[in-house]
Formats: sequence, C-alpha cells, structure tokens
Amino acid sequence: MPDVDVDVDVDSEVEQDLEENLTEDDRNEAEKVFAKKVEIIGGPPAGPATLEAKDACAWFGDRLVLEGVDLIMPKGKVTALIGPSGCGKSTFLRLLNRMHELIPGAALDGEILLDGDDIYAAGTRAQQVRMRIGMVFQKPNPFPAMTIRENVLAALKLARLKCDDKDTLVEQSLLRAGLWKEVRDRLDSPGGALSGGQQQRLCIARSLAVHPNVLLMDEPCSALDPTSTRRVEETIDELRGEVTVVIVTHNMQQAQRVSDLCAFFLAAENQPGMVVEQGPTDVMFSTPTDPRTLDYVQGRFG
Amino acid sequence: MNVVPGTVVEDPPVAEDPPAPRERTRRVITEVPSRADRRFNQITMGAGISVLVLLTLVGLFLMIQSSDALGETGIWTFLTRTEWRTDVTPARIGVLGLLAGTVLVAVVAVVIAVPLSVFSALAITEYSTAKRRKWLVGVVDLLAAVPSLLFGLWGFLYLSDKIVPISLWLTQNFGWFPLFKTSEDASLTGSIFIAGIVVALMVLPIITSVVREVFSQTPPGEKEAALALGGTRWGMIKTVVLPFGKGGIVGGSMLGLGRALGETIAVALLLPQVPQKIGESIHILQNGGATVSGFIANRAGADEFTTSGLLAAGLVLFIITLGTNMIASVVVSKSRSGAGVDI
Repeated sequence: MPDVDVDVDVDSEVEQDLEENLTEDDRNEAEKVFAKKVEIIGGPPAGPATLEAKDACAWFGDRLVLEGVDLIMPKGKVTALIGPSGCGKSTFLRLLNRMHELIPGAALDGEILLDGDDIYAAGTRAQQVRMRIGMVFQKPNPFPAMTIRENVLAALKLARLKCDDKDTLVEQSLLRAGLWKEVRDRLDSPGGALSGGQQQRLCIARSLAVHPNVLLMDEPCSALDPTSTRRVEETIDELRGEVTVVIVTHNMQQAQRVSDLCAFFLAAENQPGMVVEQGPTDVMFSTPTDPRTLDYVQGRFG
Repeated sequence: MNVVPGTVVEDPPVAEDPPAPRERTRRVITEVPSRADRRFNQITMGAGISVLVLLTLVGLFLMIQSSDALGETGIWTFLTRTEWRTDVTPARIGVLGLLAGTVLVAVVAVVIAVPLSVFSALAITEYSTAKRRKWLVGVVDLLAAVPSLLFGLWGFLYLSDKIVPISLWLTQNFGWFPLFKTSEDASLTGSIFIAGIVVALMVLPIITSVVREVFSQTPPGEKEAALALGGTRWGMIKTVVLPFGKGGIVGGSMLGLGRALGETIAVALLLPQVPQKIGESIHILQNGGATVSGFIANRAGADEFTTSGLLAAGLVLFIITLGTNMIASVVVSKSRSGAGVDI
C-alpha cells in the first residue's frame, strides 16, 4: 500500500483551487525568485543535454536482460519509456546514470553518450555522471531525518558543491517541483513527515537543486494518488526545455500527456528486452508501424 | 456511520436540538484459544518467566550473602570507601576503588572497540562483495568464540610488552592529559590501558554484530538516493547509513560496555588488583588498578567475612551491568533503526 495521506491531499486540492484563483502575486513572486541567478560552484554545465544510447546491452550476472538499444533522448525533450514489466525499461534507465553498476554482477556493452561523451569512458567517475543526470525513484525516498531544506540541499553536501545563495536555491527548486507553497512555512520540519505525493515532489526538488542536465524518472507516480500525479506531471511539463527528461511509466495516458517522444520496450519470453519501436509520441499512439506497439498502447496486450 | 441498510436517512431539521445519542451495547470480543495454542502459550510464558525468576534468585542470593559485610560496614560506607583491608579489625572494605577500575577498563575498551566495530561493520555491509562479506562475518564471529581465558593469557604473556612502547609514547606526548600521566619510574605493564585493549578485543564481536545488523537494515531506497545525487560511497554512508544506524551504534556500545564491566579473567590476569585510591590521580598507563570481577576472582575462597564483602561488590556490579544493558536495549528500540533488532 502506498502511504498516501488522504487528508493532506484533499487540502492540497483545495489549495490548488485557491492557487488557480489568486496566483498573480505568487507568479510575480516566483518570477522574481527565478530572476535571481544561483551559482553552484563545481556543478554541471548549464542547460539540458542530449543523451544517446548506442547498441546498449545489460547483463545481471550471466543473464542478458537488455540488448541492442539505440535511442536518442534529445535535449530539453521528454522521452517516455513504455512497455510491460520485466522488459528492461528500468534497467535501461539505470544504465543512463550508472546506477546499474551498483548491482553485484551487473555488466554492460555499448555506449551511453551525454552530449557526445561516453559516460562509461575510462576516467569518467560515476559521481560526476550522476550529478549531471539526476534520478527520481518509484518509491519516494527523501532522507527522513533531514529537514525539508536539508533534503533539497543534500546533493550539495554529497557532491561537495558550493553555492552562494542557498535560500534562493531551496526556493527555486521547491517552486520548480511545485511544492514551495505547501512547505514554505515549515522548511525546518522533517522531510519524512510529508505525505507521499509531497515526498515525491521533494525528491524531484532535491534532484533539481544541482541543476542537472538530464532528469531520469522511474515510474515516479506509481505510488501516488491522482492529485499528486497531476502535480508531478505539471512539473515535468514545466521542466520541458530546461532539462532533458526520461520517464519510465506504465500509465499510457501519462506517457501521452507528458512525453514528446516514446520508446516501446518488449521482451519475448526468456529473451532480453529490446526497443521494438520509437518515435514521436502522437505517432506512437495513433499510427505505429509495429502491430505489437498498437496492441500495447491500446491496452490489448497479453 | 452505522446505517441499517434499507432505512432512510433524513436530513436533520435545522435549528432543532441535536438528537440524543443512540443507546449502544458494547460487545466485548473474546477469543477462545485452541488447546494447542493454550499449551504453547503456557510453555513460552513459562520459559520467559523462568528467566526472570533466575535473575531474581541471583539478585536475592547476592543480597542475602552480602548482608553480613554490608550490615557491618554500612551500605553507604561500602559504596564510598576505596580501601579494602581485611587484615585490620574491624575490616575496612569498600567497593569504590574497584568500581573506578572497572569503569575505567570498560571505558578504555569501549573507546577502542567502538570505532573499530563501526568500521568493520561498514567494511562488511558497504564495501564487501557477497563472498567477502560472508568470510568477514565468519572471522568476526570466530573472535567471539575465543575463550576469554586465552585472550587474557595472550594479553598477559604477549601483548603486554608490545603495548609498553605505545604507552610510553602516549605519556611522553600527551602526558599533559591527566589520565595519561605516569609517575617517575613506574612500570608500564599491568596497566588499565593494556587491560582495556584486551577487553576491547573481547567486546568487539558483539558490538560489530549489533552495528552490522543495524547497518544492513538501512533502507536501500535512501542509499540509492544518496548515490544518485552524485554522492561517493563514503558520502552516502555519512548521510544515510550512519544517521540511520545511530541508535544501533549507541546501543551496541552500551551492550559492549555491559560486557566489558563484567569481564573477569583477562583483567584478573593483567591487573595487580590493587583498588584504585580516589583522590589520588588516576594513571591508566602505569601498573595498577583493580576491577570488581577481577578482584573477586583473585580473592575467592577467603574467610567468610571477606567472601561476603566480595559478594557485596558483586551485587553492585550486577546492578550496574543490569542497568547498562537495560538502557542499551531502550536506546536501540527507541531508535529508528533498532525497531527490528534484538540485542
């Protein structure tokens, strides 16, 4: 059971209605906050980056789970990875920021290029890659003992970065994640005390705080209620152009709503997963070339 | 809402008194356990209670046996006197000098053992492959299987001489720190410091295993989050594993402290068992000191009054270790990480 606090979400819905009515001040306020430039010393280069997989393969031990994935995730666009469970989407996503190698026995072949540079090149440190390619997980995982503010700033501490204006960075990150209004009066209360949906947005804010070039999202809404899901989708929409987003989702409507491009993964029984078809989302959902894609996006699969 | 299906619920009329609360009968639900359950319940409860009974019996035995010495000396005098002289009449016995040594040895042991344990636990849980993890766990557990007599002999016959240069270095460089001061031409063997080191090795496995257990329960999601944010492994440990395991570290240390307080053979062999004189400054690096358990072991089999006095000292130790262990288990169970750990 996802622990979604119903009360809080009802409140936030009410609050959202209010927000839609009287956001003029808030908008101006937000604009002012975003006008401030926050410099992160040692952080990633500015702007979104293109991520490209070339013939990517992944193993767990002796088992090949993903084979021959060629996929371009263009800068500033939202790319959705869809497909049934166990077809290697999440594995592929974890290849993209070197989280794959944390699993004992994990191996890979092929290249993952971030703006043309292989992230697995010898001499490239995983920490450096992960700082540039942020990740949001399926289950919200804020640091429960840290305050909301500390959570947002956690990456600075972890990656040993310096920032000249932490308060503004916290506000900007929480604004981008759509959480600022709800938490601005309690930045010093623990992150673990938020509702499930708020926790996930806190995790998004935490990932955005270092200004990553790419944001990976592994089924970010699967543990959330519809209101929180909408919030997260709004956030993804606002990130378009600023950050390259790659999102794994099992929700076809969500893929349709948020993504520009779509890749359909599939694994035959006892075969490694591969990309069956990829292309612009509207084409993938209306006139895909592969009949299996059509079956899947229309929910006639299996 | 308790609405009987089929009844129409009408909106209450406005501006009228609220309806009186309905009469309700409370049905108390009683479960009738099966015979097997009842039997099993009795057995388990019996086993649990027998532990408590045993503990109480030990306490009672100590109290009765020590009443002679305590009655004659007076409880307060016994607790606050540092001397232990049975050659004068009336005998002047007190536990404070022994307690001071006991606590010092235990503290030295824990101060040395805790960092070692925490780092070995981290090596096991965070830096090892599955194969090496198994091997390391086995080695640490093996350390727990070494009889304490062997530790004591090894410390006495071998380690003692090897530590002397370290003691010398410490006192030469950090002699300004009161505990590290030594008097001129004092022997540096048979010191509380050396006893503490040997006891540290004995409590290391228990602390390591509690801390390791707690570390291994760190939520993987939080660890992944820290790594995904660009953290190094050590950064992840600092932000996630150590804060999560804080309760386990404190609890494990106190459990180790409890063990160290009662450690007998090693200290009986290593220390001269001369009660520490309070008021005189304490020198942990030089020959001297006694602990309750070591002292009891050395003097066991003496006349009736002395035995009674020794048992009184044992009673004090019993109460202190019991208290330490209780505090340890409370600390661990109250912490976020300790909920599932039994110590």
